[in-house]
Amino acid sequence: MGLLTSLKDSITRVTDGLFASAEPKRIGIYGPPNAGKTTLANRIARDWTGDAVGPESHIPHETRRARRKEGVTIERDGKEVTIDIVDTPGVATKVDYEEFLDHDMEKEDAVRRSREATEGVAEAMHWLREDVDGVIYVLDSTEDPFTQVNTMLIGIIESQELPVLILANKIDKEESDIQRIANAFPQHETIPCRRSKDRTWTKCTRKSRSTSPNNARSNQRRRRRRTHRG
Amino acid sequence: MPEVTSGDGDGGPTEGEDGPDDGVRVDMISGARMEGLTSMEKIRLILDGVREGNIVILEEGLTPDEESKLIEVTMTEISPDEFNGIEIETYPKSSSGNPGLFDRLMGKEDTQKLTVIGPANQIETLHKDENLISTLVSRK
Ligand SMILES: Nc1nc2c(ncn2[C@@H]2O[C@H](COP(=O)(O)OP(=O)(O)O)[C@@H](O)[C@H]2O)c(=O)[nH]1
Ligand SMILES: [Mg+2]
Repeated sequence: MGLLTSLKDSITRVTDGLFASAEPKRIGIYGPPNAGKTTLANRIARDWTGDAVGPESHIPHETRRARRKEGVTIERDGKEVTIDIVDTPGVATKVDYEEFLDHDMEKEDAVRRSREATEGVAEAMHWLREDVDGVIYVLDSTEDPFTQVNTMLIGIIESQELPVLILANKIDKEESDIQRIANAFPQHETIPCRRSKDRTWTKCTRKSRSTSPNNARSNQRRRRRRTHRG
Repeated sequence: MPEVTSGDGDGGPTEGEDGPDDGVRVDMISGARMEGLTSMEKIRLILDGVREGNIVILEEGLTPDEESKLIEVTMTEISPDEFNGIEIETYPKSSSGNPGLFDRLMGKEDTQKLTVIGPANQIETLHKDENLISTLVSRK
């Protein structure tokens, strides 16, 4: 508790469940717009390969296409594992180009952006059903996590039997409420994260794992994992 | 199958089967009605209704897979000044009831999940908790 570990370590744990097979695995970074997905994806990519995935921005839907960073090599228990990181646009059930007009954009530009955003979300949903092997679900911890989109997405991820790690991001902000996220998704592990002011690093706090009895399946997976390691 | 009325979705005066143009139509679709449909048929049924400006209420919700396809198809149909997506609300699954793998495979967790879907520009959720969804519906 309270122990700051590197992001690398936290992310590596998502991949734990994927280690049985040798082929490269794909980790999808999902979550609502503006939660910090691209910041995180860049952090992972830079830490491990030296270059970025895409631009970070306060404008929602800055990431309009799913962006892939291939061949990120991580080390676990002395083994090297290659993963692909997929940064996705924030999933939404609506996209209104007029929202972009608020960001000093011409209509034509706003319409183009919203079209790209809708294509990106469609693509991200498709990937989730077909092409990812694990999910990092990023939430802005200053926002109410209990939205319909989050509930639906977590339900979809669960139904796909994908390992998922929930990141409570932006815990440097005063209004941050980590517990609210942990309460909303008690069946999953919540990991609080923040990036530094100068944006050069991201840190995640490792919390003790949930031992909720409702979580028999995940606990089983964890147990298997431990045995695997030991 | 839903009636498909062509060409009157762009804000022109609605005539005929949709009734007076100052009303909002609500379609309540029973679980039995949905039962025999494929995923894509269900999604069409919902989106055709919503794109006409109707509120669609499903007695039994969609499976997670269908929800994911609903989002995907919705995205492909969004077009500026015409359709900007959907608003969807379901009763949350009870947090204590994390169903077992077998139930999931059988799609059991999803039955009885009352679901309300409407056009994003006409529906606004005012309040939602485990027992109540309060929604404000406006005309186009
Ligand atoms: N305060 C704070 N801001 C963050 C943090 N992570 C990301 N942000 C900011 O949140 C905004 C959205 O980030 P981005 O990665 O583009 O979000 P995305 O839409 O989920 O990809 C940017 O302005 C980031 O600099 C964090 O841990 N703390
Ligand atoms: Mg982004």
